[in-house]
Amino acid sequence: MAKRVDATNVTAYYGGFKAIENINLTVEPKTVTALIGPSGCGKSTFLRSINRMHEVLPGARVEGDLTIDGQNIYDRDVDVTAVRRMIGMVFQRPNPFPTMSIYENVVAGLRLNGVRKKSILDEAAENSLRAANLWNEVKDRLGKPGAGLSGGQQQRLCIARTIAVEPQVVLMDEPCSALDPISTLAIEDLMFQLKDKFTIIIVTHNMQQAARVSDRTAFFSIEETGDPGRLIEYDNTQKIFSNPSQKKTEDYITGRFG
Amino acid sequence: MGETPPRSADAGTGGIHVASGHGRPAGASARVAEAPVSTRTPGGDGLGGGGGLPRARAFGAERAFRGLTLAAGTAVLVIIAAIAVFLIAKAVPALRANTANFWTYEGWSPNDTAPKFGIGTLAFGTVLSSALALLIAVPVALGIALYLSHYAPRRLGTALGFLIDLLAAVPSVVFGLWGRDIFVNPVRDFSVWLNTYFGWIPIFGGDGPFGKSIMLGALVLAIMVLPIITSLSREVFLQTPTANEEAALALGATRWEMIRTAVLPYGRPGIIAAVMLGLGRALGETIALAMTLGITFGISFNLIENGGNTIAANIANAFGEANDTGRGALIASGLVLFTITLIVNITARAIIYRRREFTESAA
Repeated sequence: MAKRVDATNVTAYYGGFKAIENINLTVEPKTVTALIGPSGCGKSTFLRSINRMHEVLPGARVEGDLTIDGQNIYDRDVDVTAVRRMIGMVFQRPNPFPTMSIYENVVAGLRLNGVRKKSILDEAAENSLRAANLWNEVKDRLGKPGAGLSGGQQQRLCIARTIAVEPQVVLMDEPCSALDPISTLAIEDLMFQLKDKFTIIIVTHNMQQAARVSDRTAFFSIEETGDPGRLIEYDNTQKIFSNPSQKKTEDYITGRFG
Repeated sequence: MGETPPRSADAGTGGIHVASGHGRPAGASARVAEAPVSTRTPGGDGLGGGGGLPRARAFGAERAFRGLTLAAGTAVLVIIAAIAVFLIAKAVPALRANTANFWTYEGWSPNDTAPKFGIGTLAFGTVLSSALALLIAVPVALGIALYLSHYAPRRLGTALGFLIDLLAAVPSVVFGLWGRDIFVNPVRDFSVWLNTYFGWIPIFGGDGPFGKSIMLGALVLAIMVLPIITSLSREVFLQTPTANEEAALALGATRWEMIRTAVLPYGRPGIIAAVMLGLGRALGETIALAMTLGITFGISFNLIENGGNTIAANIANAFGEANDTGRGALIASGLVLFTITLIVNITARAIIYRRREFTESAA
């Protein structure tokens, strides 16, 4: 249920603009890896390259190799939808489907995969909502609109929706940036539980959060505006935050830059 | 400090007095108090208001604007009421003079000494031709709209969208002429073919002549309502939040699955509104149908035989030679059309309203 992610020389473009260059990074199964760095350094671009969501934007493309347990997801004969089913994603702003109920939101991914049987859907909905620590709050109103929940609940709903299809890897793009501290805490707790089953990669601007939740931390940076983002340092979180080997990393985490 | 006198003169309205150094020891605080005033709004007291609160204005742009919008809103109601009153006042005498049943009589001779006219066939023809036109136009229009919004390259989408909008600008009399003189030929051939092979289905039965039929009218109507439905639903589809589309894609949806999961449900109220606007145009379309339909009286589901008539087309055809009763009869038919349109619109509203819990939170 959790797989290893290997990035080799990953370079991503938006049209003619090179957003990230030669990213090399390995993420072990059942760990939480945090991507940190100043705005515009390509963390999110890299994250979106991992489940091929980057290429959704017009003109965007990725070069290099990205393998999940040895299988290159950018191979020509790989089905994009299969990649995205295997690698789930939680977005910066909670984005439940506005026209769907809570229940329909959670099982949306299963329905897309052709699961029709009510008993399977019901079970998956309950399990995912429980795993997302949302079940107790919504079990009496599963038929209500998902957009009627609070921001934090919506984000947990989106996490439930993502894990309902049982992906191997879960990507989170600043999942807490639109949430209050209590909801943030709830999601951080959730990450601890989820890493028993999934490989989690999270982009965050909050360095305390990176320090709290992650096992490994990757620091991205750019030289100047317009330059591509590069991976500056990648190490155990504890090392990055206590004794980074790069000067730039130290400057960033101590707040002297970015 | 040189500005102080004019400022206090201004301030008379609100009684504002800024502590700009009066009785204070010269120093840092005085400088701080003055600096923002002189830089931001010379001659004023700063946007924040430096002293007591001024009184609310009794009459200002705010109120004037409110009055204007209220007047505009009321005007709509007044106009609709006036139309209704006019139609009823003109229609009632003619309806009194009618010697046949207005609802069931199949014919229209209100100019005779014993006026006989019935709305049934006209209302039937109106609803049938419009419904058929929508049946043809809606799937095509939604297909075009989805292609323009989600499949076509952006430039091509914009160019094609512009062309579609141009189609909406073609006057209906042009469509009518084209339908009557050119489009009628292929439709006649097609009708004959349908009659030969599917004549056993009542709607394609009959012995001819074929051509100037409900089918021709509905096809021309369909082409006319196509651009409205297309460009409105295209706008609606383009407004789907990217976040929702990405959510669907990230769950492993194909493009079509993404459209089904995120775009169509989100756009549903907009699609209904677009279809209803198209239906409104189809119901009220006059000249194109007056030119393409065979103009007969009689309720028939046959789509391909010469015939068919609608309320609006009948008004256009019969108004010229109508006497007083004749005009009253036509106005009565107009009243029925007005009611049909009203019912259609109310139904559409009801459909949109029924799921408002979901659609409102979508905004």
